[in-house]
Order: sequence, then structure tokens, then C-alpha cells
Amino acid sequence: MVQAINLALHQEMEKDDRVIVLGEDVGKDGGVFRLTEGLVQKFGEERVMDTPLAESGIVGVSIGMALYGLRPVCEIQFSGFSYQNLHQIENHASRLRRRSQGRLTVPMVLRAPYGGGIRALEHHSESREAFWAHIPGLKMVIPSGPRNARALLISAIRDPDPVIFYEPKAVYRAFREEVPEEEETMPLGKSQTVQEGKDITLISYGAMMRPTLEAAQELKEKDQVEAEVIDLLTIMPLDDELFTASVKKTGRALIVHEAPKSFGPGAEIASRIMEKSFFHLEAPIARVAGYDIVIPLFAREDAYLPNVQRIVRAARQVLSS
Amino acid sequence: MPRKEIKLPYKLERLSILDEKGKLDKSLEPDIPDELLLKLHRAMLAARRFDERLLNLQRQGRIGTFAPITGQEGAQLGAVANLRPDDWMVPCFRETAAEIWRGKTMDNAIIYFGGFDEGARPEDERNDLPIAVPVGSQTLHAVGLACAMKYRRKDTVVMTFFGDGATSEGDFHEAMNFAGVFQAPVIFVCQNNQWAISVPRSKQTRSETLAQKAFAYGMPGIQVDGNDVLAVYAAVKEAVERARAGEGPSFVECDTYRMMMHTTADDPKRYRSEEEVDEWRGRDPITRFQKYLKAKKLLKDTDIEKLEQEIKGEIQSAVDRAEALMKKLGDPLDMFSHTYAEIPPHLAEQKEELSQVLTSDKQEANHG
Ligand SMILES: Cc1ncc(C[n+]2csc(CCOP(=O)(O)OP(=O)(O)O)c2C)c(N)n1
Repeated sequence: MVQAINLALHQEMEKDDRVIVLGEDVGKDGGVFRLTEGLVQKFGEERVMDTPLAESGIVGVSIGMALYGLRPVCEIQFSGFSYQNLHQIENHASRLRRRSQGRLTVPMVLRAPYGGGIRALEHHSESREAFWAHIPGLKMVIPSGPRNARALLISAIRDPDPVIFYEPKAVYRAFREEVPEEEETMPLGKSQTVQEGKDITLISYGAMMRPTLEAAQELKEKDQVEAEVIDLLTIMPLDDELFTASVKKTGRALIVHEAPKSFGPGAEIASRIMEKSFFHLEAPIARVAGYDIVIPLFAREDAYLPNVQRIVRAARQVLSS
Repeated sequence: MPRKEIKLPYKLERLSILDEKGKLDKSLEPDIPDELLLKLHRAMLAARRFDERLLNLQRQGRIGTFAPITGQEGAQLGAVANLRPDDWMVPCFRETAAEIWRGKTMDNAIIYFGGFDEGARPEDERNDLPIAVPVGSQTLHAVGLACAMKYRRKDTVVMTFFGDGATSEGDFHEAMNFAGVFQAPVIFVCQNNQWAISVPRSKQTRSETLAQKAFAYGMPGIQVDGNDVLAVYAAVKEAVERARAGEGPSFVECDTYRMMMHTTADDPKRYRSEEEVDEWRGRDPITRFQKYLKAKKLLKDTDIEKLEQEIKGEIQSAVDRAEALMKKLGDPLDMFSHTYAEIPPHLAEQKEELSQVLTSDKQEANHG
């Protein structure tokens, strides 16, 4: 996924001189996860800016650039440090279109690695996508693999509105996937059915797609259950048409995310299902999520994160009620 | 009206007492009791060896990522040695040496880097805050503590540590400003180790020094040779005395160097040259201090050898104790503790749920 995102940045910068990359350590170091590797060598320090250590500054400056017609793609080193810039997003990026009645727009992308699973330090493993999804005027995208990451990032850069692009860092180097050399985009706001099935709908995104797919496999092998699996890809706006149609077909739904359960994306998804496919439900909707606690340091991280076993068990419960 | 120069009550000094070759400026030599000098030396040496051992444990996969301090022993310890036990220290994430000086056990440091939240707990008798990972964020807490002390008419002070990178964050500027406005008894100790991960000091700020930033907020600032423990001690002592006397905050920039990687996840070869590192190697704060102590006849080579052995044993026992404890600390259910004073019903439910998950996991493992 690292290479795929890097490819998207290279190609988009080549194509469009309005695209500027900025953030901490994005230049010479190529980013602490090497997402921006080689960009400064190719495009120079004017387009690939190693900034001072100031998230609110990075985002506020990006807003200014976007107002002038550039397409800033800023990197926040870890999503855990994007709260320093939350106010710039909430107070300005998300609202300028509305406040100026469409006269001013903020076509910027904020990229940040999120989530647990890599034995990181404190404040490096949280999954707080709900913060952003809750802000009107923003789009919130979370890819799950190299190919969709590349395609979605290009679409995010071209999108006329501010986009928060959360990268599941547990997936950065977890598996390989062919990414075509030629350009590929994917529409924002659209989810994908990654596996068809008739017995239960499993809804997930980001790093949790992998255990969810493994759980689907296990359900098939051990329980002869055919699960339909949906990858949300965009958290805001939510493609509820896809998953509510799926639940109409299967009658059962299980949502999986690593963000804390309370007020998390699962709550919103469950509500939409209730609103749009309630009469087709054959069992209560279930959620497998992170607990409502600060994600522990890495010795206990595995117990915190949803895993295949927890998903399979929850699915069995939904299937048996 | 003509343009007139505004006379400001500030001038910027750089303090260096013991130079790289071990040459001492007698007129500036601080009056430090022999006992404290030796204690400082021991702490610096122990910090260095502990760092090396941690790196070794990390490379063997026995602990996780941590931020090495090698090269910054003089800056940290020279500063913190000025505090009384009832003062407060507010560290960032690279203050292992200062924390140990203040009473954190090596055991706890290892447990924390080993991935257990238990290691972050300050000892009961210590006033200090735990490590702060979000850069610069802790400086405001230091100011708050200091304001509270002032309100309670205490003569205690707060010392907060941060790096050169932190001086770019909004929180840092807000902290400096609050401290100036409210004349809070706080000492800002900046360990300017020249790099914020891959970004050099020159790309962090256009100002000539970090110390001069103090003036904008109405407090005294000074730059010291951060590898000269005597200079750090002397400059911070003045700042602490000012704060204790009710004369408000100060800023001390320690000009030093991070000899190792930023954290064990970082590769400094990508952004800085070996020559630069070598140049700083010649300014090692420990060898310089040893020269001074030897010249003062407080230390002999045989003493150093003995000390090295002692420290080695001390670190080994800490590693043994920490590893034994980590084997026993595994219970994941502990992660639900301390989220709230009292566990609310929804969390109790989630805890119970995890408890059942763990039981089923065990049963499945036994069967299959
Ligand atoms: C708010 C915030 N942004 C980014 C990071 C990631 N990060 C950790 S340390 C660091 C550099 C810090 O540099 P400096 O303040 O000079 O301290 P040093 O590490 O050199 O001791 C960065 C960017 C962070 N921890 N917190």
C-alpha cells in the first residue's frame, strides 16, 4: 500500500502542478513510513515541503493554498496528532464553502496513518474516524488495500471538497496486490461488495477488512454460511444504498471496526439499516468494535483489536437468533 | 516623527564553562558540592549505559520502540539536578535520565517500553507527570501547575522539557505566553538536539537562536552549551532561583545533540551525515565532565571502572525484575481499569464481554 500511495502522489503531481505535498519529514526522509519517498528529489522543495513541527500550521497553511487554487495534500504524521489541527478543519476547511456561499472552496486532502496493530507508541494507534465523519462539509475516506488506496487517493486529490484520507497503517506492508501502471480512479462516496453471499452482511473498512474477510472464509468452511462482505471505502458520505440493499437480501448484519464502539461508525450504519431495511431484518444488528477505552500499549493491543475469532462468534450469534 | 530605536531590556548570552577540551573557566565555575558532582556523574554514566542496554533489548525484540537520549545526559541531568523533591517535572518523551533522577525506576521504564501501561505510572512520592508523546502539548500543563503553586503561595517550581521541534507548535507559544503574562514559576528547558526527526533546527525556525524566543514573551532567555553539565546546571540554577523568588518564568536553550536515532524506528543515515555525528562525538558530555572531575581529584580511572561494574549490575537487576514482572502483567482485562474513577455500566459490560472472549479463546485453544 505504501508503494501504491506513493505512485498516486507521483502520478498526480506529474500531471497537475497545483498539487503540493507538505508535512513533517515528508521531504528528505520520505515520510516516517516512506509514503512520500522520492517526491522531493523529483519535484523539489517548493512542491514537497518539510514543514516545521506544527499540525495546526500545516493544515491552516494548506487551507490558504487551497483557497488560492492549489491542491495541497498534507500529511499528518500519525492520526493521533491531528487533533492539534482539528480546529482548522472544523472551523474553516469544512465551512468555507458554505460561509462564502460557494465563492471560496478548500480542495485539500489531509492524509494520516491511523489505527493499531504495529506495536507503536502511545497516541499512535487510535482510530478516531468518527471525529471527522461527524463534521459537515468533509469527506472521509479509508482504503483497505493497495489498489483502492491508489485509486481513491487520486479521486480525493481531484475532489472539490476537503477530504480526510485515513490510511490503515497495519495494512501498509501487510500484503501485496497488483496495481496497474495506468491511472485508475474510484468514486468517493461509493462502497464495494467484495464478496457476495445470502446469509449475512458483514460491513467493515480499513484495517478491519482483512480479519472480516478471513472470518467470512471461516464461516463458509465451518458453518456453510455465505456471508456478503462490504468494504465501505468512504465513511462520509456513507453509501447506505449498497449495504441496506444487501441487508434486505440477507436479513442480517454485523459491523466491524476498531474504533471505540460507542458513537462509532457502527452506530450510524446500524441506524441507517434500521431506517431503510428494518422490515427485512431477521436478527438484531451486531457490532464488533474496539472497546470504549484508551487503546492500551502494545502488550495488550491484540486483546483490544477485533480479530477473526470475535467476528466469527458475533456472526454466529446473529445467525442463530 | 523620526523613527526611533526601541530599547529592549534584553541581551542574549551563551554560557559555556567547561569547554570541549576540558578547559575550565574558573571565574564561572559553579559552586557544586563534591557529593552532588559525583552523583551527577554517576547518573550521566548510568543513563548512557541504560540507553545502550535498552537499544540492545529493543533489537532483540524484548521491548518496543523508545527514544534514546545518548548525548543529552548533561542537558537533562544538569537541569533537573536543580529541583527539590517537592518541585514538579513535566517531561516530554526523551527524558529517561531526568525521570530516573527524579525517582522513576529503571524497571518501570523497561515495562513501559515493553508495552505495558503500568510503566507510565509515576511513583507515589513523585510529583512528576508521565511522558508526553504529543510534541509540545505538555508545556501548558507545566504552566498550569505553576499558576496553581503561585495561587497556593508555595515556593515550589515546575520544570518542563521539550525539543527544538516543539518550539514550532502552537501549544509551546501559548505556554510561553501564559507563563509570561501570569509570571508563573516555570522553567522551560529546551533540549535543542539539532534535529526533529529528519528536520534540522534551521528548518524549524528562521530565528538565530531558540533562546531569543523568550524575549517575545517577556521572560529571560539564555543559550547554554548543553554538553557542558556545569553550564547547564549554572544557568538553570539562576532560572530556578528566579522562579522560586516569585520573579516568574525563564527559558533555557541547551545546545546539544542527539547522538543516536530519533527513535528505534528511525534511520538517521537518510538525513544527516556521519561527519556531523563525529564532530559532536568529540563533545561528549560525559568524557568532558570526567576530565573535570579527574582534574579536581574527585575521580580516578579505577573509580570509573568500579562504577561501570556497579551500574552494569544495577541495570541487569532492573532488566531481570522488569522481565519477570512483564510475564505476570499480561491480563488484558486490566486495560479497562483507570478509564474512569468508577467503571460505568457500558464498560463493565464490555469488560465482561472480553472476559468471555478470553475464556472461549482458551477453550478453543485446548480443544483444537
Ligand atoms: C503533535 C505531534 N506531532 C508529531 C509527532 C511525531 N513526532 C514525534 S517526535 C517528533 C520530533 C520531535 O522533535 P523535537 O521536539 O526536536 O524533540 P526530539 O525528538 O528531537 O527530542 C515528531 C515529529 C508527535 N509526537 N506529536
